Amino acid sequence: MAEALLRVESLHKRFGGLAVTDDVSLAVQPCEIHAVIGPNGAGKTTLIHQVSGTLQPDSGRVIFAGRDVTREPLARRVRGGLARSFQITCVVPGFTTLENVALAAQARSGSCFRFLRPASRDAAANAAAEAALQEVGLLARAATPAGLLSHGEKRQLELAIALATRPRLLLLDEPLAGAGPEETARLVALLSRLRAQYGILLVEHDMQAVFALADRISVLVQGRVIASGAPAAIRADAQVRAAYLGEEEPC
Amino acid sequence: MTYLRRDLVPLLVFALFALAPLAGLASYEFTQLARIMILGIAALSLSLLVGGAGLISFGHAAAIGFGAYAVAILDAQNIADAAIVIPVAMLAAALFSLATGAVAIRSSGVHFIMMTLAFAQMAYFTASSLAAYGGDDGYTLYARSSVFGSAVLQDRLVFHYACLALLLLTWLFCRMLLASRFGRVLRAARENAQRVQAVGLEPYPYRLVAYTIAGAIGGLAGVLLANATEFVSPAYLSWQRSGELLFMVILGGVGRLHGAILGAIAYVVLEERLAGLTEHWRLIFGPLLILAVLFFRGGLAGLLEARSRRHG
Repeated sequence: MAEALLRVESLHKRFGGLAVTDDVSLAVQPCEIHAVIGPNGAGKTTLIHQVSGTLQPDSGRVIFAGRDVTREPLARRVRGGLARSFQITCVVPGFTTLENVALAAQARSGSCFRFLRPASRDAAANAAAEAALQEVGLLARAATPAGLLSHGEKRQLELAIALATRPRLLLLDEPLAGAGPEETARLVALLSRLRAQYGILLVEHDMQAVFALADRISVLVQGRVIASGAPAAIRADAQVRAAYLGEEEPC
Repeated sequence: MTYLRRDLVPLLVFALFALAPLAGLASYEFTQLARIMILGIAALSLSLLVGGAGLISFGHAAAIGFGAYAVAILDAQNIADAAIVIPVAMLAAALFSLATGAVAIRSSGVHFIMMTLAFAQMAYFTASSLAAYGGDDGYTLYARSSVFGSAVLQDRLVFHYACLALLLLTWLFCRMLLASRFGRVLRAARENAQRVQAVGLEPYPYRLVAYTIAGAIGGLAGVLLANATEFVSPAYLSWQRSGELLFMVILGGVGRLHGAILGAIAYVVLEERLAGLTEHWRLIFGPLLILAVLFFRGGLAGLLEARSRRHG
């Protein structure tokens, strides 16, 4: 079997007496969408925080592209190709949509300790930013201040920023949260397209989207992975139904 | 054309400074104008930190003090040429800012403010204890710095235009910085530091470089201040001075660089007018600042901008 792009090995994290991440192991292959689902408070976002470097685990390892990145801060992991989006939208509201993405593009191309030329006339960064906006379908809003975008558009912008860091793996924390039905359809199509180029670890509440997109699903309940496998197997898993899916039909 | 409109206010201010001597100013008025321009340079560098990087330094007077004391200390060694004094002063202020910033920038918010204040107070008490340079009483210079051996700065007209040129240069320089790749990272980190980390950059080194550059410019203002008054004293480093500079930046408007210059003008004019009314003029000045912050969020610069927009 080929080396996984991302391997999480028995990650533990406690907040006081509460085990938020309890012996979690999972792997993401290149060109695969691995979805993590689970009820509220299951520790999904905390898991993303630890994989991305926003939070340090108490024990366990995060191996990205064959390298142990467990102790690396967020910024260094991003430079290594591990991009993330945030559950709570994280953009620079005073910057235009284009400038938000151009910031990511300039971070990936040469030094940012350049003092002379105006950054807005940096043709290479602008071109890369426009390409990323085109990819997520937000190019028409390039000149709009990011603070004025709709909620769904901000989600798209987050994706564009993540893409502009030229990642190998995308950690997406509820990219569909708060998006309308039309935006959701567009984002699902986009994620499905992105799978061709990137490994994706996807945390998402929208079950329809998850079962449509994921190649593999891990179910997180109270910090533990109670099941992991192909969507069909997860849907049939009695333990999962009892713990999480409940009476509700997933699809 | 749009650029011209955007910068209409600062260009107008520079033009007024340039034309002012034609109005036949008295010696005292020259002194006040020089003070405005020098404080303007200092406030611009602080605005780079406050408005640009989101670093609210409450110790910027220390950088000015370093510049001023460099003049005094070199003067005691009989070195009084601007070609040496200015680089030495700027370097000294930059090094002080680099060393203290390296510690202070690791914290944020109120902690950062208090640490910059603490470092500046340390510099203040050090200056007060420099017996060789007058201690508390300060140090009197017998002449202004020479420029390549010539005493041109003794001429108040030359000094006026030298201050103006340096003010303009500082404004252009800070503007260039904020618009550059470096400035973009700085501005983004002010609004959302996590976003900057999530594109793979640590804000810390960018903030530290900005802090050091602002310190160097503060040092330049210190050289000019020492030359304008031909006197150097620990009062230049006092926390009140740091507070006054913050007043200027906030009153002028942190959103636009030239707000710092407008703030310096407003500060000196108000100080003079109010001091004419009562010696407790700060009692009036303080509430004015509070009103300005409450009602003109963009400061004087924001006020003028809204006005010019309304007029087309």
